[in-house]
Amino acid sequence: MKQLRRTMLFVPGNNPGMLRDAHIYGSDCIMFDLEDSVSIREKDAARFLVYKSLTTFSYGNKELVVRINSLDSKLGLDDLEAIVRAQPHVIRLPKTETPEDVTQCEREIERIEKETGIPVGKTRMMAAIESAKGVLNARDIALSSKRLIGIALGAEDYVTDLKTFRTADGIELLFARSMIVNAARAAGIDAIDTVYSDINNEEGLIRETTLIRTLGFDGKSVINPRQIPPVHKVFTPTQKDIQKALAVMGAIKEANSRGSGVISLNGKMIDKPVAERAQYVIELARAARVPMQED
Amino acid sequence: MASFKFDEIPYLDKMSAVFGPFDPDCEALKKDTRTLNDKQREHNKVEPSIEAAIERSGLCDGKTISFHHHFRNGDFVVNMVLDTIARMGFRNLTVAASSLNEIHEPLIKHIQNGVVTHIETSGMRGKLADAVSQGLMDFPVIFRSHGGRAAAIETGELHIDVAFLGASTSDPYGNANGYSRESEDDGTSCGSLGYAKMDAMHADHCIIITDTIVPFPNAPFGIPESQVNSVVKVDKVGDANKIGSGATRFTTNPKELLIAQTASYVIENSGYFYNGFSMQMGSGGASLAVARYIRERMLEKNIKARFALGGITGQIVEMHEEGLIQRILDVQSFDKVAAQSLKNNRFHQQIDASYYASYLNRGAAVNQLDFVVLSAMEVDTDFNVNVLTGSNGVIRGAIGGHPDAAAGASMTVVVTPLMRGRIPCVLGRVNTIVTPGRTVDVVVTDQGTAVNPNRPELLERFRKAGCIELVSIEELKDRAERLCGKPAPNDYDDKIVGLSLYRDNTVIDVIRKVKA
Amino acid sequence: MQILEVGVAGTMESSDIMVRIEPKDTEGIELTLESSVGQQYGPQIRRVILETLRSLGVTKAKVDAVDKGALDCAIEARVSVAAFRAARRDDYQWKTKGAEA
Repeated sequence: MKQLRRTMLFVPGNNPGMLRDAHIYGSDCIMFDLEDSVSIREKDAARFLVYKSLTTFSYGNKELVVRINSLDSKLGLDDLEAIVRAQPHVIRLPKTETPEDVTQCEREIERIEKETGIPVGKTRMMAAIESAKGVLNARDIALSSKRLIGIALGAEDYVTDLKTFRTADGIELLFARSMIVNAARAAGIDAIDTVYSDINNEEGLIRETTLIRTLGFDGKSVINPRQIPPVHKVFTPTQKDIQKALAVMGAIKEANSRGSGVISLNGKMIDKPVAERAQYVIELARAARVPMQED
Repeated sequence: MASFKFDEIPYLDKMSAVFGPFDPDCEALKKDTRTLNDKQREHNKVEPSIEAAIERSGLCDGKTISFHHHFRNGDFVVNMVLDTIARMGFRNLTVAASSLNEIHEPLIKHIQNGVVTHIETSGMRGKLADAVSQGLMDFPVIFRSHGGRAAAIETGELHIDVAFLGASTSDPYGNANGYSRESEDDGTSCGSLGYAKMDAMHADHCIIITDTIVPFPNAPFGIPESQVNSVVKVDKVGDANKIGSGATRFTTNPKELLIAQTASYVIENSGYFYNGFSMQMGSGGASLAVARYIRERMLEKNIKARFALGGITGQIVEMHEEGLIQRILDVQSFDKVAAQSLKNNRFHQQIDASYYASYLNRGAAVNQLDFVVLSAMEVDTDFNVNVLTGSNGVIRGAIGGHPDAAAGASMTVVVTPLMRGRIPCVLGRVNTIVTPGRTVDVVVTDQGTAVNPNRPELLERFRKAGCIELVSIEELKDRAERLCGKPAPNDYDDKIVGLSLYRDNTVIDVIRKVKA
Repeated sequence: MQILEVGVAGTMESSDIMVRIEPKDTEGIELTLESSVGQQYGPQIRRVILETLRSLGVTKAKVDAVDKGALDCAIEARVSVAAFRAARRDDYQWKTKGAEA
């Protein structure tokens, strides 16, 4: 079963109340942040708090992600020492510009895994791309490690680097988004879109989410729990899609029961991508609690 | 002139209210030929001061005086009247208020000085509540629900000698309203006078206290002149800013919104969401926000409500004005939009507390509810609800219409966060039982929804719907306890400082003195 | 762990605790606690603070804590960070999840 990543809820690492409640809002992933939302003087406090939260609370079936500080400074390494041991599912590397950024981080993770007896490779990674250089290297970054589950766009830094600004229709991000989603698909991993920062503009959020879904993204980062239901709504498949997916799944089941490797539906062959796509649509529908007649 | 002899009328001795032959020189024949303006200025019920009105009322020691709480925490009337009464030297009075608030802190000194010895109310907050919890009074405070109070007043068991009723406007004869029809300046408007209407109807003597006298007739009126003995004009009956906000805004607190949304799924799948349904939303962020999600569902499914009841907010008014709610029954207006609507919308009806919730009244509006959404400070594993005392056992809330609506509605949904800070809100036993668990059907928290085992059909419907995370009430309690730890029990003294009365005016729980 | 200077961690926000640790000449921990949930959880909060200091080897310190309903794990985190800051140290001993004592 594929891990859904429609929404990745950002939780500031130095806020005990939010760390405690992060799982109740129904996002697919939770991202505990040690980077931009934590002031430089509170890095140690946030690291300790996130470590304690991960080792204490039960977050149910959420995918847990921790955004560490860049490995350019000691902060990033200190983060890894604590966080790898706390065993979230994923470590998110900020401001990734080159495949070497990823492999450097991977080396450190592997070292800590070996030191602590955590199975090597258990800690997955994702890379956030936040600069023009990173966007141009997106393909190599996406292919740089087997640990990567996805790459994400961080638009705030990116538009600054590009000497432009955010607009409502997002034309300034079109190239970066296209690069990232294509790089992710080429590597067989997920593409996660940037945050939508105007939390009171639900209409704008829905418009942007519709756009990035059309582009091919798997999900979006959200900064307020209120943004979760609208994003999930955009990612909910239509009845038509669901019916089609159910038909495909039925054909697969039927072929399996006949012991046949050849699957067809209405005279058309069903290949692996179509089958996977159908499975994904059903996962989405199930996550959105759309009533379905599955057999 | 008379063509008959009075004595020839048969059975005169068996007739009542027949006072003898007509007298052509009697007082009643003297026509008052002044203009309406002169008449109402010169011959009216207006007394020059609260003191004069009290003197005229014949108030004496040991009597019961009453107040309403429509001005909420902006009320000046209770303090103003009690200061005057204290000055006049009265003692041993019972204050029977529909509710009391933080602003009524000066009651403490009147209690200490023996002016007030008994209190009846729906709730209490702030320093007064703290002091009562610490044993200020010898006689326990009697806490009644709005319906319970109405019933007690109707039957005369709670007998009111003099009612002091604040009003935003009144004419010189006592036709009183919670708003002004004469100007757009609704400084102290509170909307419905639903709780005060009981006092006006049943008190021996009724004094209207207002800051705005308008020309006769102040119609349509909340309180009719026929129930009013005198009218007093004061500078201000209340602080407009604290009486009510312009419009109750929906909460933006994500946890409250989450709870509200879950509650809307509960309602949608309960079987009580159909064309022509009825509803009430109690006060509190999550509870009020349910209206927003219900509205979406109503539009989606093209469903309309027959009526909305209760404390009315601007949101309910909006839904009425866009045609989603046909009638509004308003015992208390929660904000200025609701107050305005009461004045302007024909099908926004002011109702009294008995009509709202008296258990003696078969047609009571709460009995016609399909569902109600109510807040809670604490819920326990027997589904009992506390809205009166805090987790430390100190009085800090009000019963309000909670047990009335819970008992009346076909489905009662209680919304609460699983915990507030470190304080668990789902417990083994609530500090004070206000609403008995038998009348509570569903408890919605941010971390799961529990259905009362005596409503298995609801559980089945929710299970089928699939979009509600269902857990047992015990599981909710355990979850809260796992996170917070087990709270140490409160340190109570044996002394009983308050009674929590159920809506039939039986004692469902007592409030004990807390150790300082 | 020796307390060398004043170390503070935490905030005054709901569900947090603000912990201030300062040096003390004599043996023992002098703890003052103010808590919004003191009546229900006061003894438990004190226990967590003292236990955390003990596990860090802090034996001489004056501690002031203002609690706004923090859970035990947040209290432990704040006390630890305040102590490390007050000791001018950063050699945290992270334990692997599942392998904690």
